Amino acid sequence: MDESWKRARAVFATLAGPPVVWLFAFFLIPLAIIWAYSFGENQSLTHIAINGTLSNYIHAIKPLYLGIIFKSFWFAALTTALCLVVGFPVAIAITFASEKTKIWLLLLIMLPFWTNLLIRTYALMAVLRTEGYINYSLAFLWNGLGHLAALTGHPMAAFQPLELLHNNFAVVFGLVYVQLPFMVLPLYAALDRLDRSLLEASLDLGAGHMTTFTRIVVPLATPGIVSGVLVTLIPSIGAYLTPDLLGGPSSQMIANVIERQFKTANDWPFGAALSFLLMYMTFLAIAVQAVVARGRRARQA
Amino acid sequence: MAVVIYLYAPLITLMAFSFNDSRRNIVWRGFTLDWYKVAFEDTDLIAAFGNSLTIAAVSTVVSVMLGALTAILLWRFRFPLKPALEGALGLPIVVPEICMGVAMLVFFTQVMPWPTDLIWPLNLGAIIISHISFSFSFVAIVIRGRLASFNRELEEAAKDLGAGEWRIFWDVLVPHMRPGLLAGALLAFTLSLDDFVITFFTSGPDTTTFPVKVYSMVRFSVTPEVNAASTILIVLTVALTALALRLQGTDVARIEAGDGV
Repeated sequence: MDESWKRARAVFATLAGPPVVWLFAFFLIPLAIIWAYSFGENQSLTHIAINGTLSNYIHAIKPLYLGIIFKSFWFAALTTALCLVVGFPVAIAITFASEKTKIWLLLLIMLPFWTNLLIRTYALMAVLRTEGYINYSLAFLWNGLGHLAALTGHPMAAFQPLELLHNNFAVVFGLVYVQLPFMVLPLYAALDRLDRSLLEASLDLGAGHMTTFTRIVVPLATPGIVSGVLVTLIPSIGAYLTPDLLGGPSSQMIANVIERQFKTANDWPFGAALSFLLMYMTFLAIAVQAVVARGRRARQA
Repeated sequence: MAVVIYLYAPLITLMAFSFNDSRRNIVWRGFTLDWYKVAFEDTDLIAAFGNSLTIAAVSTVVSVMLGALTAILLWRFRFPLKPALEGALGLPIVVPEICMGVAMLVFFTQVMPWPTDLIWPLNLGAIIISHISFSFSFVAIVIRGRLASFNRELEEAAKDLGAGEWRIFWDVLVPHMRPGLLAGALLAFTLSLDDFVITFFTSGPDTTTFPVKVYSMVRFSVTPEVNAASTILIVLTVALTALALRLQGTDVARIEAGDGV
């Protein structure tokens, strides 16, 4: 399979040239510039001096920004946990569906994931607004109850719409909505490979459904759980659109702060430092996953 | 299947209310196509839509070419620094969108300022380049998955029969890769059409894309025109997906589910 590159240098160069040049010119170099900027400071409006200062990083770990980083992580973790709780039963249901239904169910889960993120977020705004569908339905129910109450001589207060949009609840709700397919697909992939006879054996030997689930299904599905957690957690930490459109002033996440540094506050070095902190968090999550995976493999060997 | 309702109810109401005869999005007042008329007469929106399709088309073609080269390279050769290259190729997939967005913003303002007065579609260059950068790694993964099932004996047979490198590539390898190329193209097209964050940082006043335009509409005023425009895009995406699925069974679904993330 593997041919040494020396055997066909011309072919090797033709194949390697364009992608490698592209990757360097239009991806690695832009990132390297941001990295360099994170050690610089604004000299004038247009000039940034890269002088190896750490002040941007020190600025970034002040309580205000540390709080935002922590909150981003907390929102992402909460989203991941909710996706796992909601997604696991869905993945199990798909696994045990008949072959034909299975394809349709998978398609149903994936279709929203092909729909534009902005459109999905906008659709949620319409649902959650003070005059949105949820409040409209609640008001309808409340007024119905109100009529009944008035008949019995206990008038009720007028309906107060729930504040569902522009707060932390809306952000987590929106993140779960957007990320759920990412969780269900790896879970399903792991569960589908699971040997059914193990479940039957466990049930035959007298284990209850709960025991079978926690001691057989969950351990065997761990690779799927780990990759599901990773692909849900990473985009959630860096989410920009969801907190921007669904969140309020207090639910800004790290990506929103970065955007502000570059587009309005014009403090590029500080924005660059925050970007790289976000990148390091991402790499840390991936490294943890790799270590967990290696540990599992070592134990199995 | 409460989850299916959770996933679909917002989208279906969004589509339904694009036909609603009222400015407000909440009470049903009768069927109308007026909002589609408004959307089609909104020249900015139509221009943004055209930009999006152009960007997606060009970026798909280039991404598929770069992705195919990368896939063949990694599949065929053993060379020094191969793990480093594989790692670097994984970066565009894992780097948070916002970081890549600001990197592109800085790159296209400081290092390689993209002229703003170019004629259409050349003025879209900065956006197209950024889209290719984040798409082609995904394409490479999809195509490499397909190449894994290639029988090397076919290549040797072709060589024995006197075919040169180019003939082998074109007549043996490309036909085998075709499903992967198609799946990769579909993925690249969807990624490009869907992207908001990175485009947001690379687009200028004359180069808005559909998502960027919808974003500004959503920020300033919410009218059913946005619903109408969204419905068109949803229908387009679903139709495109259905077509791709029909073209090659459910292979796309499996490839995207397994390797796309």
